[in-house]
Amino acid sequence: MNEVQFYALLPFTLLAAASIIVILLIAFKQSHTVIQITGFVMMCLVIFTMWYVRDLLPVKLDPLFIVDGFAALFTGLIVLSVLAIGLLSYIYFEEREENPKEYYILLFLSTLGSAILTISQHFISFFIGLEILSVSLYALIAYLRNRNNAIEAGMKYLVLAALSSAFLLFGMALIYMETGSMYFSNIAHHLATQPTSGLFITGIGLMVVAIGFKLALVPFHLWAADVYQGAPAPVTAFIATVSKIGVFAVLLRFGLAVSLQTFSLAQLIFIVIAVITMISGNILALLQNNIKRLLAYSSIAHLGYLLVAFLPGNEAGVEAAVFYLLAYSITILAAFGVITLLSNRQRDAEDLEFYRGLFWRNPVMATVLAFALLSLAGIPLTAGFIGKFYVLASGVQQTLWLPVITLVLTSVFGAFYYLRVISILFAESAPALMNENRLHPFFYYSTYTALITLTLLLIGLGVYPRIAIDSIKAFLLIR
Amino acid sequence: MILIMIITTLLLGGILCWLFDRWAPDLVKWIALVSVLTCLVLGCSLWIYKPDLPINANTWLVNYQASWIPTFGIGFHLAIDGLSLVLLLLTFFLGSLAVLCSWNEIQQRVGFYFFNLLWTLAGICGVFMALDLFLFYFFWEIMLIPMYFLISLWGDNNRRYAAFKFFIFTQVGGLLMLVAILALYFMHGAQTGIYSFDYESLLTTSIRPSTARWLLLGFMIAFVIKLPMVPFHNWLPDAHSEAPTAGSLILAGLLLKTGAYGIIRFVLPFFPQASIEVAWLAMFLGVVGIVYGAMLAFAQTDIKRLIAYTSVSHMGFVLVGIFAFREMAMQGVIMQMITHGISTGALFLLAGMIKERLHTRDIGQMGGLWTSMPAMGSIAMIFTMASLGLPALGNFIAEFLILMSAFTVNVPLTIIATLGLVFSALYSLRLMQKVFLGTNISERHINDLSIREIIILSSLTIAIVLLGLYPQLVFDMTRNVVLQFVSSGESVVIN
Repeated sequence: MNEVQFYALLPFTLLAAASIIVILLIAFKQSHTVIQITGFVMMCLVIFTMWYVRDLLPVKLDPLFIVDGFAALFTGLIVLSVLAIGLLSYIYFEEREENPKEYYILLFLSTLGSAILTISQHFISFFIGLEILSVSLYALIAYLRNRNNAIEAGMKYLVLAALSSAFLLFGMALIYMETGSMYFSNIAHHLATQPTSGLFITGIGLMVVAIGFKLALVPFHLWAADVYQGAPAPVTAFIATVSKIGVFAVLLRFGLAVSLQTFSLAQLIFIVIAVITMISGNILALLQNNIKRLLAYSSIAHLGYLLVAFLPGNEAGVEAAVFYLLAYSITILAAFGVITLLSNRQRDAEDLEFYRGLFWRNPVMATVLAFALLSLAGIPLTAGFIGKFYVLASGVQQTLWLPVITLVLTSVFGAFYYLRVISILFAESAPALMNENRLHPFFYYSTYTALITLTLLLIGLGVYPRIAIDSIKAFLLIR
Repeated sequence: MILIMIITTLLLGGILCWLFDRWAPDLVKWIALVSVLTCLVLGCSLWIYKPDLPINANTWLVNYQASWIPTFGIGFHLAIDGLSLVLLLLTFFLGSLAVLCSWNEIQQRVGFYFFNLLWTLAGICGVFMALDLFLFYFFWEIMLIPMYFLISLWGDNNRRYAAFKFFIFTQVGGLLMLVAILALYFMHGAQTGIYSFDYESLLTTSIRPSTARWLLLGFMIAFVIKLPMVPFHNWLPDAHSEAPTAGSLILAGLLLKTGAYGIIRFVLPFFPQASIEVAWLAMFLGVVGIVYGAMLAFAQTDIKRLIAYTSVSHMGFVLVGIFAFREMAMQGVIMQMITHGISTGALFLLAGMIKERLHTRDIGQMGGLWTSMPAMGSIAMIFTMASLGLPALGNFIAEFLILMSAFTVNVPLTIIATLGLVFSALYSLRLMQKVFLGTNISERHINDLSIREIIILSSLTIAIVLLGLYPQLVFDMTRNVVLQFVSSGESVVIN
């Protein structure tokens, strides 16, 4: 490994180091606050180093990794999301008095896994990244083990994730058998020069099962609602954003490398999955009375929309996907931030009834949530609108009429249930218990500031997306 | 710049209303009123100082262009011509009345209410001004959400259902339009290499007839849902009857006009050939709307639903007029848009005032109101007469022009449409008879109009009479525009 490669890998090394530092801090019996602040600084450092190495990119670390603009974008998105999630975690876990220190080890490890996915260009690194991500997630989901649904959710995720890993391995093996390589570009080279047999498509099909599971695409979505509901609110936010960003990044990279979209059968599979994901996700979300489950199903639907940007398999599609993920993560983090802040010691604020008239009790939180929901619904002035527009544009350009029309019609369903929640927020006020604030107000202020910043970003991206779009384009050129 | 000032005044006014709700609740109404009136003044100044353009000149009165998202070729392009200006003036006029009529009706969450009201108005203004298709869609959606809130938070008993229905119908249409816009954008880009959403550049796109039909469908569905055309009118009676008075006023007076405006501004110029192909169908459905709306209006017992169905009937004339492709018909259409806005808006205001006094919308429980409210009765008389198309009132001119030129295009349909006028006499007279004449059922003492209400209603009365006696005011403003749209259609016919 030469110096350039070392520098390029620095952000990822720092991520790995972060979890070790947390272990050491725990060993020296440091307090939650110290760990939290150290973690925050580490994440800032990761972003700083990424900015620092940007001019060196792209760097190849054959055969496993490639650090390019694409990876930098997705890793940046992941680390920024983790920053927000870390901030939310402090209040959430400190209030619950369960020793939350180990939580940060797992959080940083799973972040590392997700980040590795964004730079992997080989099945080995792909698999390792995915496993680091999932294994930490098992524990994260069941972290509040005294809660009713926690262990159940963790077990569910464990069993299904293990099964899906097996599918993934088998799929990879079949592709290896067909092409003689696990290196994305070698596979692509082999596919371009030799006729393919059914083996390759079978392998792809098996991998789709695993990827579909991780992204909670229909029909592999059965875990999603229970896990979202059972996991602590910050972890739910983590699953909804970080883990999906990583997996989607590697899917995109693999798809682009081997020109997956040129295989009509594979394309058909993805179209079918996208269409049924959009339809079922939205329909299942319609009548939920638990906001975490509602967001779970809606995030299924959003991954369906995202697949529409995957289908064209060109630069425009990738741009659309990145922008959509950016908008989506900001939105989801804002929404879960509100849920986290409103949760009390016993249980999360998940019943929709709890939110009745929130606007008149707590206008700031209600406004943040309302904007997040409007953005999820894709209403103008919010980032979600530009994101949806971008995705639609990439689909229309490739004349993918079926997914595009499905997107349009199902997002009307989407608008229905988001508006339902919003009108609950603005409905007549019901007397409700508020949390007593037991922590130092600094943490509340910082969390409030973070949420308001997210909301402002949401609106900023919706009104003036130019800077974001231009920098996404600039980053994607680095390859 | 003045166009931007108008929109920002409304948007900022809305935000101020929301903020001041906490600190100075008494000030909120005044902020709202002042911001709408400022827009009215700005609009009037545009009208007074507009440049005298030669007839047939294909230029905008005011044009403002700035870049917004250049990577997609999206510009912030606002411009107005005579048609937009007329509709903008209508918007501010009805907008100020909407603020005035909410003065006492709204007691709860006043700041948020006026925020929504002003943002709806801003969206509507934007729709009438936007000349970038992305921007157009943007404003099209912006006016939706606050309207949804107006209905679902301050409406009547069944408000949730009505608000959702309104939102879903218009959202489906809007998104289909977005897809059509995108398709047009990419087609234009593929042909010229320049990717742009700008109205004037997209006009030059050459579209194959089969594709044009699909794109036309995408645009038309959005617009006829708003209009509303008959199979898609379903959301309208619910939304109208459940909305608060100002909401009904804006829905009937302005929102429906955005649909008609969209057809005139976008569908006809973009797809001249395809619109001629669908013209007979559109005229047919328009006529169905005229008759069907009138008949259902006759059958209603809920006063607001009754007026809502008359809107379906009146907007049928608009559809017939647009697709007759005649200069005179188009003048009639624009006239109809304005006069319908005024007369139906006035009827909804009256219905709201009655509801405020009697706490019911059921016609069966009214009757003989004239004895206790002679002033309101006589004004109601004027507007029901306007609605049935009595000469000397604006609606007569509009419907007359439309029918006269539609006659040269399609005789049978025009005859049926004329029958619609007979029905309209029936429901108008029934409305008048049931509500104001006959024996006085209620024993309670009912206050006649207050000064605020007199100001509102007399300004509407003056407007409708003025338009009836001197419609030339409107014709002068819209002449250029109408000639332009009609000539683009006729050139296709000749070729």
